[in-house]
Amino acid sequence: MEKYVNSYVIVVVFVALGILLPMVALAAGRILRPNKPTAEKQMTYESGNDPVGEGQVRYNIRYYLYALMFVIFDVETVFLYPWAVAYNQLGLFALVEMLIFTALLLVGLFYAWKKRVLKWDSI
Amino acid sequence: MTKWLEQPLSWENALFFTAMAVVFLLIVLLYVVYAILFERKVLGWMQWRHGPNRLGPWGMFQTVADVLKLLFKEDTIPRKADRALFIIAPALCYAPSFAVLAVIPYTRELYFADLNVAVVYYAALSAISTIAIVLGGWASNNKYSLLGGMRSGAQMISYEVPLVLSIVGTVMMTGSMNLRKIVEAQGDWFWQWNFLPQIIGFGVFLVAAVSELNRSPFDLPEAESELVAGYHTEYSGFRFAFFMLAEYVYMFAIAGLASVLFLGGWRPPAPFLDFIPGIVWMILKMAFVIFFLFWLRATMPRVRIDQLMGFAWKVLLPLAILNVFVTAVGLELFIKG
Repeated sequence: MEKYVNSYVIVVVFVALGILLPMVALAAGRILRPNKPTAEKQMTYESGNDPVGEGQVRYNIRYYLYALMFVIFDVETVFLYPWAVAYNQLGLFALVEMLIFTALLLVGLFYAWKKRVLKWDSI
Repeated sequence: MTKWLEQPLSWENALFFTAMAVVFLLIVLLYVVYAILFERKVLGWMQWRHGPNRLGPWGMFQTVADVLKLLFKEDTIPRKADRALFIIAPALCYAPSFAVLAVIPYTRELYFADLNVAVVYYAALSAISTIAIVLGGWASNNKYSLLGGMRSGAQMISYEVPLVLSIVGTVMMTGSMNLRKIVEAQGDWFWQWNFLPQIIGFGVFLVAAVSELNRSPFDLPEAESELVAGYHTEYSGFRFAFFMLAEYVYMFAIAGLASVLFLGGWRPPAPFLDFIPGIVWMILKMAFVIFFLFWLRATMPRVRIDQLMGFAWKVLLPLAILNVFVTAVGLELFIKG
């Protein structure tokens, strides 16, 4: 039990240090670095030309489809991990069950494949 | 460390843990400085030139000078950028990269957090950096940054799936997600380590890890020839430094993870080499994995984005799932008998 609590205390310490270092470094940098902003310096970079239009444009739907597939398969991995840890005690029945579960997901992957989601120039 | 972890929590212990973490942070920063120098040297040798050799003997102070230069450089935030998000992004990218190091055991005695969910902890925290990169690309309000950020997001989520799935086989063989137990479960001789029985998983892990690190040949998010610098085009000075720092700290983490999961961690390759302390073997293994990443960068040309995404979903994902079931059947046949 002590080990459990202490381990998570260490995790909190690591996360805190990870957040503190950028804060400290950037605060120290603020004292050290010069600050002479001009309108040209603060212009958006576009290879030397004056920037045309907005940078935050509507984006290709393809990235959204990848995000959807990611959600599906990441949930699968979440299911796989407890199964993997307990596999040696579960036996053949669990293996068959997981095979069916994965096969269902692979049907989904195959469907996306056939629908040309994975092809970059289909839209 | 075991002794300290088993004592009840007090302020002294918490202070001790903090002190250890600070020392470790300094070691990691020192590693980053010399990893960058070593990378430039290795690239130089592989391309038949010297690499940095002006500052100090053997170019030893080149990266130190680079860091100082970044610290004294004016920090420009574009007028059109989303200021708050622009400032948060580098910190959000760096913080999880250091936090994941908490779970990696370096020797039998030297480790920090001893979590039973170490593998899931690593996967969960390292995914936060993806958000930071997309955020940085979006907040810059720059076309190159947006392209780089979006590409990076798509690439990192696509490769995260095979990366996480490739570890499942290792977890099954050990029956635990605790990284210390995974090392303990590997054999004394080097051919008993996980990389041979898990050869498919190891291959998938390596390719997916290189891609997660956004390193060549998968460094599309920062493809210089098309996107200037990708998601950190608008960043300068120390904010840019934190993106680079995160990349190199993740390299350290992946090297540690690969050594622990597949290469036997602190174990010597043969039992009679036991007299050399475990930390030496761990450092050697991590150094080899990091060298391997530099080697790839010097050797491989960059792939195209459609090849990259197709490879993740059509090749690596089915291979990783295949590996899970090959391991399951193997355990059923040979271990349970």
